[in-house]
Amino acid sequence: MDVLETQVDESLARIGGAASIDELESLRVGLLGKSGLVTEQLKALGKLAPEERKLAGERVNRAKERLQGAIAERRSLLEEAAFAERLASERIDVTLPGRVADLGAVHPVSRTLARITDIFQRLGYQVAEGPEIEDDHHNFEALNFPPHHPARAMHDTFYFPDGRLLRTHTSPVQIRAMSGRQPPIRIIAPGKVYRSDSDQTHTPMFHQVEGLLVDETSSFADLKGTLAEFVRAFFERDFEMRFRPSYFPFTEPSAEVDIRWDQADGSERWLEVLGCGMVHPNVLRNCGIDPERYTGFAFGLGVERFAMLRYGVKDLRQFFENDLRFLRQFA
Amino acid sequence: MKFSENWLRSLVDPAVDRDTLCHRLTMAGLEVEGVEALGDGLAGVRVGEIVECDKHPNADKLRVCRVSVGAGEPLQIVCGAPNARLGIKAPVATIGALLPNGMAIKQAALRGVDSFGMLCSAKELGLDADASGLMELPADAPTGMALADYLALPDASIELKMTPNRPDCLGLRGLAYDVAALFGAPLQDVTAAPVSIASAAVRGVHLDAAADCPRYLGRVIEGIAPAATSPLWLKERLRRAGLRPISAVVDVTAYVMLELGQPMHAFDNARLDGDVHVRRAAAGETLTLLDGSEVSLDESFLVIADAARAVALAGIMGGQDSRVTDATTDVFLESAHFAPASIMGRARKLGLHTDASHRFERGVDPDLPRLALDRATELLLQIAGGRAGPVVEAVAPEHLPARRAVPLRRQRLGRVLGMDVPDAEVERILRALGMDVQTAGQGWSVTPPSRRFDIEIEEDLIEEVVRVHGYERVPTRAPSGQLRLNLAPEAQVPAERVRTQLVADGYYEAVCYSFVAKDWLQRWSREAGAVALANPLSADLAVMRTSLLPGLVEALKHNANRQQERIRLFEIARVFQTGSDAPLESRRVAAVACGRAVPEHWGGDKRAVDFYDLKADLEKLVALAGGRAEFHPLDRPEFHPGRSAEVRRDGAFLGYIGALHPRLLKALDLDQDVYAFELDLDGLTAGRLPEAAELSRFPQVRRDIAVVLPEAVTWGQVETVLRGVGGVVLRDLLVFDRYSGTGLGSGLKSLAIGLILQDSYRTLTDQEADHLVASALAALERECGGRLRG
Repeated sequence: MDVLETQVDESLARIGGAASIDELESLRVGLLGKSGLVTEQLKALGKLAPEERKLAGERVNRAKERLQGAIAERRSLLEEAAFAERLASERIDVTLPGRVADLGAVHPVSRTLARITDIFQRLGYQVAEGPEIEDDHHNFEALNFPPHHPARAMHDTFYFPDGRLLRTHTSPVQIRAMSGRQPPIRIIAPGKVYRSDSDQTHTPMFHQVEGLLVDETSSFADLKGTLAEFVRAFFERDFEMRFRPSYFPFTEPSAEVDIRWDQADGSERWLEVLGCGMVHPNVLRNCGIDPERYTGFAFGLGVERFAMLRYGVKDLRQFFENDLRFLRQFA
Repeated sequence: MKFSENWLRSLVDPAVDRDTLCHRLTMAGLEVEGVEALGDGLAGVRVGEIVECDKHPNADKLRVCRVSVGAGEPLQIVCGAPNARLGIKAPVATIGALLPNGMAIKQAALRGVDSFGMLCSAKELGLDADASGLMELPADAPTGMALADYLALPDASIELKMTPNRPDCLGLRGLAYDVAALFGAPLQDVTAAPVSIASAAVRGVHLDAAADCPRYLGRVIEGIAPAATSPLWLKERLRRAGLRPISAVVDVTAYVMLELGQPMHAFDNARLDGDVHVRRAAAGETLTLLDGSEVSLDESFLVIADAARAVALAGIMGGQDSRVTDATTDVFLESAHFAPASIMGRARKLGLHTDASHRFERGVDPDLPRLALDRATELLLQIAGGRAGPVVEAVAPEHLPARRAVPLRRQRLGRVLGMDVPDAEVERILRALGMDVQTAGQGWSVTPPSRRFDIEIEEDLIEEVVRVHGYERVPTRAPSGQLRLNLAPEAQVPAERVRTQLVADGYYEAVCYSFVAKDWLQRWSREAGAVALANPLSADLAVMRTSLLPGLVEALKHNANRQQERIRLFEIARVFQTGSDAPLESRRVAAVACGRAVPEHWGGDKRAVDFYDLKADLEKLVALAGGRAEFHPLDRPEFHPGRSAEVRRDGAFLGYIGALHPRLLKALDLDQDVYAFELDLDGLTAGRLPEAAELSRFPQVRRDIAVVLPEAVTWGQVETVLRGVGGVVLRDLLVFDRYSGTGLGSGLKSLAIGLILQDSYRTLTDQEADHLVASALAALERECGGRLRG
């Protein structure tokens, strides 16, 4: 074995044992640098005879390639190890809480209102609004409540000294939506309403959604279909449902809608969830709409009621206490 | 409206059980609210007669009775009831009976004396709430008869939740018509046997307000037995309708009201002076009512008066002076029709609500008074004897409600319901309800009976048809129709986005009452222009809010008092203000915050929330609609004078932001800083569509400068100066550091400012940028007293 071979083998062993990039680099310089072992050998080739030169050249080049290969391999190994070490040193506790996790929450009444509104908007209803401080005309008179009628006594009304009142239902928006406009009309009117009543199951302010559709074809059958579809969409399930005759001065025929609700104890009972009916011809006439040509239906629902059923809220008053422990549950 | 099922079934008796009857009533708009079964568990309970009654040898309060139950030996029964005494009749539960309350009757020994059964109270039998003693039965009750048979049990008290449009069903006769129509069952209508006139006594009747009372019938009955009591069957029907039997006369009028729906009144004839007038009260006229209360009247009230004074409040309540007492022998019976408009709201005005006013204000059959008077006379003569005088009737036919034929078109019926109802069914239903039905044109001409004066238009008939035919038979048609899109303008930011943004920034949405206590607003200096309610529920809910902040801060306090440390709340709602014509309503969004700026965290920033935290949240809201907010120092009593600002957008007022004034915090009993803003929602959400501009192809240059300025100079002033100098080339401007303290000298601060420069048409040279920075510094020195920090 010649000297070069021996030197190469020794160098390969040292390369394989290099513990750092720096050590490897100094080995490389010692072997392949300007005055390195291999470089010196290549330089020495010029002194050989041409026939020897070729053979020797091949030997030196082979040695060079082996060393280069080994250095590159070792370098990549060392780099890999250093990278792994760096990554290991960068390890963090991924289970520690993230920074500033403080999402708030929409109030359950707003959430329910938004959901109801969304469903009806998909059916082509447009959101309409009216004032909360109403006059007798819009809240009662135009809705076919004669003065002093006992039906008014069902609405415990807050009045202002000038005779105005806080609207007792969202139905006056019907009047505002129809006045000065001709059908087809499809509106949904969400909002606050007020009744002078406060106990465990009544708050003096609460929320309703009123719906109104007037066109040339709609009938009681369409009303039933629309509300059945709505209830199914809202609760995301099918219910046994019934329409029961009732009375509202501004609709005729009028109905209350009950759904078959599962109780906590496993029993079922009928639960009233909506009031509705065909718009009374007097109401259409009061708004300048010809009741012979147009028919329509209206419905109203209590938003808190729907929110309680949907989210399992037991006490109505919680909606207005604004306790963060309650509100956080809706985040 | 509460009534006995058996009573109803005596008028119409469909072959269905109680549950079916109740279900169909509910489904016909006569909602059954409650059913109380009576007389279940009375097997083995009989009419007993106490034939011996001795003291118990070992107990003062007990008695040893021997009770006859008809056949066989009397039973020995030990009884503790205070009214147990010789000769009375009372229910006896015999051995083996199982009472409704679950008690099983066995042979027992009470204090050493054997007892073979139990004498019962009404409560023990589930018949009444009365547990004070034995349920005493009339002396003529057949001893030994099964109690259930004797009392016509089982029965049920059925309670209906009546809607105001169906006063006709506030009497069993009206209800019977509906039941007959629902089940196709025959109706046994109420009649009155002819009364023989045995007295000439009359009292004249005059309609001084004929529009209010178009019909008044009166009759004098002389010589009734004052002590007469109603028979058991009548008392039981009253009891099962929720009324207490009182005396024969009162019971009879109550009975007729329940049976026919006609409220009546009986006067002590001896207490009336001269003819009876139905007239409006004089202003200030007073009257002492049956219940002992004295009311002061005005011209809106209708009274019954004799020659001397008002003796009854028409259609509402009788007067004390002329009431029937246990000494009354001659009565004057009133049976009248009062127009609903003359009674509506009157009882309520006096804080009264009576069975009579409840019916009259809804409307009673104008043709009913005579039948009712005859029926009451018949019953009274039966029970209390006496001699009936002739009926005196005053009537003003022109003021009686007209019975008009109402057209019903087949096509309209189908159009409104979305289904066809067969002609025969339409006619059957309407006729069963007592209407006169004639075919006419493409449908019918229908004349309702006088008791149904709610029927005035075609829709009323359509409702009747579908109500009886069954709402469940109307098909359910999926929504369809011609759609017309009516969308809100795109540039208008929906309130929903404001809500979502605040939630994303960690705020919880609150919903507060729209009315607040007046002193809240005063404390917040927001009472100017507040609209007050005339009839608030309480002083705490008396005034419409002019700002959302008082309520929100109250909610914040509620939470602070419940160990919540970091609180962020917002609300979107309306506020109210007096206006020149109508009150003004405007929509607002408001937010409040206290506690840490960020939730407590291991890596954490522990500082408390400050002005700039809220300002950032506010600026994001303004940015939703593509705008920029301007902030101007503010001086308002509810805000800290040095830490609050008026917010404007494009020069227009938008609202306020700031720390609450320490004095207000103290008044509210809050011991930490609270920051708040309140903005006009419509001003905030009115936006514009984005307009895309050409992007500059030339590089932007950033130059940073540090400027020393007097403390009093605001960033707003610096910004104005710099933007003035920079013009369009100054693309952006930012302040990235702020320092005051050591090395600067007191009253000075240093701001580190980044200027982002770019020209749309060419690359800015270094010299140009340098020149611009130099001009900027010069302007700052000139206008703000600033200098480059060395």
